[in-house]
Amino acid sequence: MEDGVKKFLYVNRKAPYGTIYALESLEVVLIGAAFDQDVSLAFLDDGVFQLVKSQDTKDIGVKNFSPTFRALGDYEVTKLFVEKESLDERGLTADDLQEIMWEDEDEDYAEKPSIRIISRTEMADVMSDQDVILSF
Amino acid sequence: MATLHTVNKSPFATQTLLSCLGHAKAGDTVLMIEDGVYGAASNTGLADAMVGMGGAVTLAVLAPDLKARGIDEGRLLSGVKTVDYAGFVELAATHDRTQNWL
Repeated sequence: MEDGVKKFLYVNRKAPYGTIYALESLEVVLIGAAFDQDVSLAFLDDGVFQLVKSQDTKDIGVKNFSPTFRALGDYEVTKLFVEKESLDERGLTADDLQEIMWEDEDEDYAEKPSIRIISRTEMADVMSDQDVILSF
Repeated sequence: MATLHTVNKSPFATQTLLSCLGHAKAGDTVLMIEDGVYGAASNTGLADAMVGMGGAVTLAVLAPDLKARGIDEGRLLSGVKTVDYAGFVELAATHDRTQNWL
């Protein structure tokens, strides 16, 4: 571990618009990005609904914050872990999720996917590898 | 590198406790607090899932929340240990991290 750098995991388990949790999580991630920590996001249970593409909130009068996930790469937040079992249970596949890329400056700004689909067992490993876990 | 997991919702209202149990690793502790304590009772539809953790995970419940809800300690699943507020602090201090399952 680099000096003063901790591993932070933001755990997202709520669908996007029924409660304020999902938006608040994203706000905290963006604020936290200023502190140069090792940040990962986890999406499991209903949290996987946050990443579904083609969201359109015009008619419910709230902000569609899903495009903001695509800006995370600019804040060096490039690890979005999505649990496969949670997708399966909800009839979703990777194709139902929006594409989120980041540019790797160490490899001539090659574009790489931020979303990594992992198993429940791997998610448990990710969780147990953190210094700090913030839940939403 | 153990984790203390806290669950504060009734398992009969949300999937939170089940999801927590599905992600806890051997050596971790799952502490049921607030409405989460309903998950610690025996003879419920969830008892099998709880017992199925097979001792790899320590199950604990916050006694003041049990008492507040009229759940007698004699009704708890076997193997579930009760802690008071000081015990909660002790658990937080003796694990590497805390994960609150909201």
